Amino acid sequence: MISLAGRDILHSWGKYAFTGVGLGLLIGVTLSMAGIYRGMVDDGKALLANSGADLWVVQQDTLGPYAEPSSLRDDLYRSLRGLPGVLRAANVAYLTLQIEHAGQEVRAMLVGIQPGEPGEPRYLIAGRPLERAHYEAVADVKTGFQIGDAIQIRRHRYTVVGLTQRMVSASGDPMVFIPLRDAQEVQFLKDNHALLNERARVLANPALNRPGVPGLAEALFSSQENSRMVNAVLVQVAPGWDAETVAQPIRRWKQVQAYTRPQMEEILIAKLIATSAKQIGVFLVILAIVSAAIVSFIIYTMTLGKLREIAVLKLIGARNRTIAGMILQEALGLGLIGFAVGKTVATLWAPYFPKYVLLEPGDAVRGLLAVLLICALASLVAIRTALQVDPATAIGG
Amino acid sequence: MCFRVFPWLGLEWRSKLFLQEQDYGNIFCGLPKVSTVLESAPAIEVADLRKRYGSGDTAVDALKGVDLSVQPGEVVGLIGPSGSGKSTLLKCLGAVTEPSSGQIALSGDTVYAGGWRNIDPRALRRDRIGFVFQAPYLIPFLDVTDNVALPLLLAGRSNRDARQRARELLAALDVAHRAQAAITQLSGGEQQRVAIARALANQPPIILADEPTAPLDSERALAVVRILNRMAAQYRTAIIVVTHDEKIIPTFKRIYHIRDGKTYEETGEGRDIG
Repeated sequence: MISLAGRDILHSWGKYAFTGVGLGLLIGVTLSMAGIYRGMVDDGKALLANSGADLWVVQQDTLGPYAEPSSLRDDLYRSLRGLPGVLRAANVAYLTLQIEHAGQEVRAMLVGIQPGEPGEPRYLIAGRPLERAHYEAVADVKTGFQIGDAIQIRRHRYTVVGLTQRMVSASGDPMVFIPLRDAQEVQFLKDNHALLNERARVLANPALNRPGVPGLAEALFSSQENSRMVNAVLVQVAPGWDAETVAQPIRRWKQVQAYTRPQMEEILIAKLIATSAKQIGVFLVILAIVSAAIVSFIIYTMTLGKLREIAVLKLIGARNRTIAGMILQEALGLGLIGFAVGKTVATLWAPYFPKYVLLEPGDAVRGLLAVLLICALASLVAIRTALQVDPATAIGG
Repeated sequence: MCFRVFPWLGLEWRSKLFLQEQDYGNIFCGLPKVSTVLESAPAIEVADLRKRYGSGDTAVDALKGVDLSVQPGEVVGLIGPSGSGKSTLLKCLGAVTEPSSGQIALSGDTVYAGGWRNIDPRALRRDRIGFVFQAPYLIPFLDVTDNVALPLLLAGRSNRDARQRARELLAALDVAHRAQAAITQLSGGEQQRVAIARALANQPPIILADEPTAPLDSERALAVVRILNRMAAQYRTAIIVVTHDEKIIPTFKRIYHIRDGKTYEETGEGRDIG
């Protein structure tokens, strides 16, 4: 038996192809939305994996450095290093800010690290890691910086000595790594005007600038102008140790909380991007409904244009299943064309999204099945109409 | 062939349908077999066919006892004014509409007697009835060969057989050179010939032609009638031509008039059109 659907498609391939392309663009948007969600999840996982930490020690009653503000004394890591099962522990400071590059503002996450310790980028695609104590930076390529470029951050200029890749925050902002001390200064210190103003206020305050207590004002200045705070301590556990086992005694300490990697993943994925995921989910449902409506309308219109032929087919003895099969195959064909176009355009335009778009093969397979199911369901109205055609209409009268 | 030698024999055998092939095989060596005898039954025989639409006070009797018989190879006209029941009769004969009562037999086989006789009307239309319409109504997304092969393919014949048969029919109807053409590339006359080929595809005993010459001028209308006559004779198919066309009515040897739901038989002029 010849394929009636195939012949019909070939006969009006232009209309069919354009319709398929239109549907494909819609499917492309749907796949991209799914890819954006996957990208967000992957960014979160990459953020945790790239930190090289097994435990995140943060301020008590907070969800850690990525989801909520967290502040710890920067000497806490020394105590942690003494615990059984702890291989390495290092301070980190995180700060999201706008930095300028080539006349344009780039939103970036500034990460203060101790070179050679957890938190440092695990691989570089160019240059070298941080070696000096101050004014060097390693930047993610998405910031647009090149080796040797200068980054102006607050009062200081940092020279880019290394480039890394896929080092982004949970919200997709590329990271810039600088020495911890510099990051603390950027994060906690005030600018020159504020410092001068604060000094003047202290000197003018007789309670803080007593004539009989020399050095009090200077001590206050020193206290105000030096930060001893960090956002988290990243801990690597020793081989053979379970992170949860190491975390338990830390949780008994006052003022700190310890999260293992699965717990941090849970925080990042289930809490931090949950709202975005729901947003995307609702959008996907709407797109699926719109796609179904479009396919349904197209197939229905195409069927209405063939009612005479369908009546003739029924008159010369075509079975209902032959006619239903023709319409169903055309709907599925439209879905296949749409999916192929959608997958192609989603792949082509993914790199142009500011955030990472991860198109997983599994999502593509699920997307294909969903498209075919939607097309099959969308063809039901047209099939019902076709089966109601009276073969007598071919005779007329 | 045998009819020419013993023209009376066909009439004789028609009443002996119950005889088996072996009863004749040894007696009339070289003469027609029983299958030929079966073919000699009317291609279609209709008795007291009635069709009522609706019920109660609003009931309309479209057919009020139609009698009709057409022999294999015969082309008869069916004429009547609008609303006389032509279309209803065509739909009943074409197994598109179920009659209310009466009998229909195809090649001696009763297919309707107060209900379809263990037969699916769809299969009946597919295997034993051909249709030719006022407009060709070919399937535009199939080429010429596939249009003709389609009824065979729907009947389960192989692609190869169906296309072979389609090519033969297209050759018989002088459109073999258009076998691979798209329908839109054909002239109106060529399309009508392809439609006739499609109607003949399953070798039906009866073809119902619904005003096949209506949109054509005299010359082309007569050409279509010529083709129908040739095909009827060549394939031993009975053809009922529903028409208003004054140009072709004189060509029928036999005409059924339908008025107020009843048929009246009349001998036609049977004008020779070559």
